Amino acid sequence: MKSTEVRKVIEKIKFSIFSPELIRKMSAAKITVPDTYDDDGYPIDGGLIDTRLGVVEPGLRCKTCGGKAKECPGHFGHIELVRPIIHVEFGKHIYTILKALCPACKKLVADKSIITMIEKEDEELVTLPKERIIGLPKVATEKFNVIEEKVEKSEKKAKKEDKKTCPYCNTELPEWKYLKPTTFYRNKEELLPNEIMDLLSRINDEEIKKLGFDPVYSRPEWTVLTALLVPPVNVRPSITLETGERSEDDLTHKLVDILRINQKLEANINAGAPQLIIEDLWELLQYHCTTFFDNETTNIPPARHRSGRPLKTLVQRLKGKEGRFRYNLSGKRVNFSARTVISPDPFISISEVGIPQEIAEELTIPITVTEWNLEQSKNYVLSENYPKAIYVIRPDQKRVKVIALTKKEVSDALVVGSIIERQLINKDIALFNRQPSLHRISIMAHEVRVFPGKTFRLNPAVTAPYNADFDGDEMNLHIPQTIEAQTEAKILMKVEDQILSPRHGHAIIKPQEDYVSGLYFLTLGESKFTKKEAAKLLYILGITELPKPDNGNCYSGKLIFSHLLPKDLSIKIQSKLGEEIIIKNGKLINGTIESKAIENELLEQIFIQYGSAVARQFIDNVTKIATQVITSNGLSVSLKSYSLSSETEEKLKEINSKMNREVENLILKYKNKTLQRAPGLSLKETLESMIMQLTSKIREDIGKLVESDLGMENASVIMAKIGARGSLLNAIQMSATVAQQSVRSKRLNRGYRKRNLPFYHPGILSARERGFVFSSFRKGLEPDEFYLHSMGGRESLVNTAIRTARSGYMQRRLINAFQDLVAQPNKTVMDANGVIVQFIYGGDGKDAMLASKTEAIDVAKQDDVDTA
Amino acid sequence: MIRKMDTQIAPYEAVGIIAAQSIGEPGTQMTMRTFHYAGVAEHVPTGLPRLIEIVDAKKEPKKAILDIYLKSDYKSEEKANDVAYDLESVPISDVALVSDDLEKRKIIIKFHEKNGKEIGITFKMLCETIEKLKDMVSIHTKDNKKIILSPQMKKNDELTLRSLRRLTNSVRSLLIKGVPGIKRAVVIKEGGEIFIRASGSNILGVITHPAINPKRIYANNIKQIYEVFGIEAARNAILKEIKQVLDIQKLYVDVRYIMLVADALCAEGIVKSIGRHGLSGQKIGVFGRAAFEETIKHLVNASVRATEDNLVGVTENIIVGQTVPMGTGKIKLIMNSEKKKK
Repeated sequence: MKSTEVRKVIEKIKFSIFSPELIRKMSAAKITVPDTYDDDGYPIDGGLIDTRLGVVEPGLRCKTCGGKAKECPGHFGHIELVRPIIHVEFGKHIYTILKALCPACKKLVADKSIITMIEKEDEELVTLPKERIIGLPKVATEKFNVIEEKVEKSEKKAKKEDKKTCPYCNTELPEWKYLKPTTFYRNKEELLPNEIMDLLSRINDEEIKKLGFDPVYSRPEWTVLTALLVPPVNVRPSITLETGERSEDDLTHKLVDILRINQKLEANINAGAPQLIIEDLWELLQYHCTTFFDNETTNIPPARHRSGRPLKTLVQRLKGKEGRFRYNLSGKRVNFSARTVISPDPFISISEVGIPQEIAEELTIPITVTEWNLEQSKNYVLSENYPKAIYVIRPDQKRVKVIALTKKEVSDALVVGSIIERQLINKDIALFNRQPSLHRISIMAHEVRVFPGKTFRLNPAVTAPYNADFDGDEMNLHIPQTIEAQTEAKILMKVEDQILSPRHGHAIIKPQEDYVSGLYFLTLGESKFTKKEAAKLLYILGITELPKPDNGNCYSGKLIFSHLLPKDLSIKIQSKLGEEIIIKNGKLINGTIESKAIENELLEQIFIQYGSAVARQFIDNVTKIATQVITSNGLSVSLKSYSLSSETEEKLKEINSKMNREVENLILKYKNKTLQRAPGLSLKETLESMIMQLTSKIREDIGKLVESDLGMENASVIMAKIGARGSLLNAIQMSATVAQQSVRSKRLNRGYRKRNLPFYHPGILSARERGFVFSSFRKGLEPDEFYLHSMGGRESLVNTAIRTARSGYMQRRLINAFQDLVAQPNKTVMDANGVIVQFIYGGDGKDAMLASKTEAIDVAKQDDVDTA
Repeated sequence: MIRKMDTQIAPYEAVGIIAAQSIGEPGTQMTMRTFHYAGVAEHVPTGLPRLIEIVDAKKEPKKAILDIYLKSDYKSEEKANDVAYDLESVPISDVALVSDDLEKRKIIIKFHEKNGKEIGITFKMLCETIEKLKDMVSIHTKDNKKIILSPQMKKNDELTLRSLRRLTNSVRSLLIKGVPGIKRAVVIKEGGEIFIRASGSNILGVITHPAINPKRIYANNIKQIYEVFGIEAARNAILKEIKQVLDIQKLYVDVRYIMLVADALCAEGIVKSIGRHGLSGQKIGVFGRAAFEETIKHLVNASVRATEDNLVGVTENIIVGQTVPMGTGKIKLIMNSEKKKK
């Protein structure tokens, strides 16, 4: 770290309204010329690009601070408005003030009781300690609203009585009207801005406070502008097009307009032009100033560019998702990052990330030279190939690029305290991220491993927290630069520490899909491996000494699997497949591994009992060994896998026709009106719900049928049963019947009058006509079935699209509402105001990620002694 | 080995963000299926729409449901049915056709006997109900199926067509029997227990019924629970409702997070919503509010009131480029390099 650096901390930021005096005081230049550059392409003095406002072009020097383009922060200028102008954003506030004050005695006209209430509040606010004020946001910030509301109420009351008089001096109050955005009427007579300013400036400080303004920082009369602050050129840089043509920023265009009208108005006033013309110009000036602030003001046509595009003025720059606040201030651009496509690699650890050589050569890490790494650092500087230093920062903070010509000198000049910026090498730490970052495990710390190729490599077991797949997904990589950042990443964000999800405390990084299948085949009862095969598998685990065979000359899969487990692990798991999986002293004795067993029991127990490093090793080994097993074993399906025996086909037909008959029966009953009406439903609804029950029930019947026909030999069934991929429903739909289609959880009912398709007879309520698809995907759908099936498919697509948008917004609001809640060291949860939300976090002060699993095992004895 | 001590929440952990993420992240996986309460209401929102409804602290849920338990003397099906019948409200428009005769300035009520019979309403009951409106209407003619009413106006007031319309509407919505707001009530047997499930929400109206156990009633209308039973009850209701939404979708979220959300929504004694009119809208930091929604409004108001932003929140510090006051950002640890040298 640069030791000489003095860091300042911003403690608070105060908002206020600029007074005209302040504007003139801070202005570096009075702008008078409504133009930018002269014929030589040089900024005009007193023009909008005046060099006193700062410079953006290289080569020029700022007249105010003498800085060059990058050094000068820019300076404000100002325009003297010939006539005062109402600031649009304060229109509403001005209106409230005008209504609330008596024109004669300048006192609040609201009820006396309200006024005393406000005064009391004022006193309380003054006497309360500062901290308490923060804790009382209601009083402090809503004061203005309260007044506004009360004034409105008293006004309404007054209207009823038809006479409004000041409670203090009994003057009759005028009738105010506010025409948005900037016009005010007193007794139906328009008030000009200078008159309004006059009224506002005569309010005394006491009254200003009561109105919620501040007599020092925001006086009401400052809401009417007499001098307009001109933003520095840095804020509105002009760009030079390829053709050499200059193009000015929207703000500059607007300022030119303002200046032009201002000049014209001045000329007319000096020439003694008729009042009418002056007022017209004045209004035009008001328009330009209004659109300079907000070009989307209601009731005002937006100012347009020559091309017809509305100008982007100040408010537009700040507002919304692409505005300054959300786009540039809440989210910032960073260096030392990379992005590319991801691809799978089960042979790297879950805590690693494969990085393409090209990217590793581009990204750097600063290394402070110490007496211990001086030699090594010199080598990095001198090196010609890949792991080399690209920059050296000398102790005097000068940055030197390492090039072939000078590297000798640079390396000799290396001293303790220099910093070298070295290319990325293996074991460096990197943050890996995939958007949308919906939860904290969307960003995790990985160890770098440099590979050839152009993609990031990722162990498929870590796709779950990122919600990534390899169909073209891209991910981002960030390299933490400071030691603090690297340490924090290592301690808090390492992949292996995120194996359990903070959401529910269950494993989220876990062997999935093919790995589950692989383990299933590995540990299946009859699985046998020859010496050669066993050696191959065990070598993957780094075991070079072959154990004794346990099954004649062969090795059982269970023996090989046992080598994955910690040596003293004992556990009993009730398997999904109905058997009991028994592991004793690190040996799998009975049972076949399936998804639930490995994810929820085995992995989580290993994590809890042996810690994250062992759990990571376990997942790494599982992915490697299971890949090998599934590769040699094979697991595939074909069209044949889904054909049913003719017997089953017969039974299937029977089930279908039986259902059809029952449906017809119900319809008949409905037509005869003999159907028993269900409580709270109409007759038709009763019929529909009964048919829906029928059609969903036969799914079960068919399911049993298909399961017994395909049998445990079928890859689809295996995968569904062990929880590797898919469900039995997929197999049913492919081999037997696609079954009922629905829209809005009802049988299909749309399209034509009383029928779904034009060639159906109207009014038929049978299964087929209402979207029951009898065909299977293997056989193929009939044209009408296909059409109806696509109706159901469309609904789910539409739903997904709507859901992502809605849940995204909900998440944004949730995060915004709760982001300031922090668990204090004493376990209370407080928000930023210091308001206590929970006295003990979660009722027990426990971290949800670890709490749910540890309760099961008794660790009371180790509890008190921290041996570390 | 993870010891019990390690399971304690870390100091300065940003529990709010984790809770928000844990509830928000599964949002994309939720289905929009609606739920069907047999006999009472269809299309009761579950999943994402319901979750949004809860955190928005809506005054009235889209489909209000009321579970009413009975006192032990009434726990037979027959008696429960009687109670349910008592509760179910029947407006005149359900059993009669109410129309206005603009020419003669009369209101005509035609009793629909068949509808009436189905829900046990007689013509006599209808007539008795109309008596309640004595101040406003008088019975002009009456036969065994039809009533013609003539409006009665106070002195000075003129009978306009508009006021006739309004009067007709109030006749239509007049309840013959039942508790206002309770549209349907059905007796349900579930887990060996008999209770009444009603659609609509009027806890106060129902709770006073003599047969109903006032200590055991459940509504999905959180605002009303708050009004009748207070903030603690509302907090528990939010917890229960969010949990139910997630459980139906089989999305497992630790209760601690749901508790935190419920507690935060109720922390100030009233049920608040998330979003710009609720929790997010009244954060103290000007920048925090400006970065969320309604940027300009917050900045302008802050300048009018000469507000100070003390940079206590997350957003504010990110905006000015400082470390955030939570997690490791809150810890200030400086190594004593002198000591190290020894």
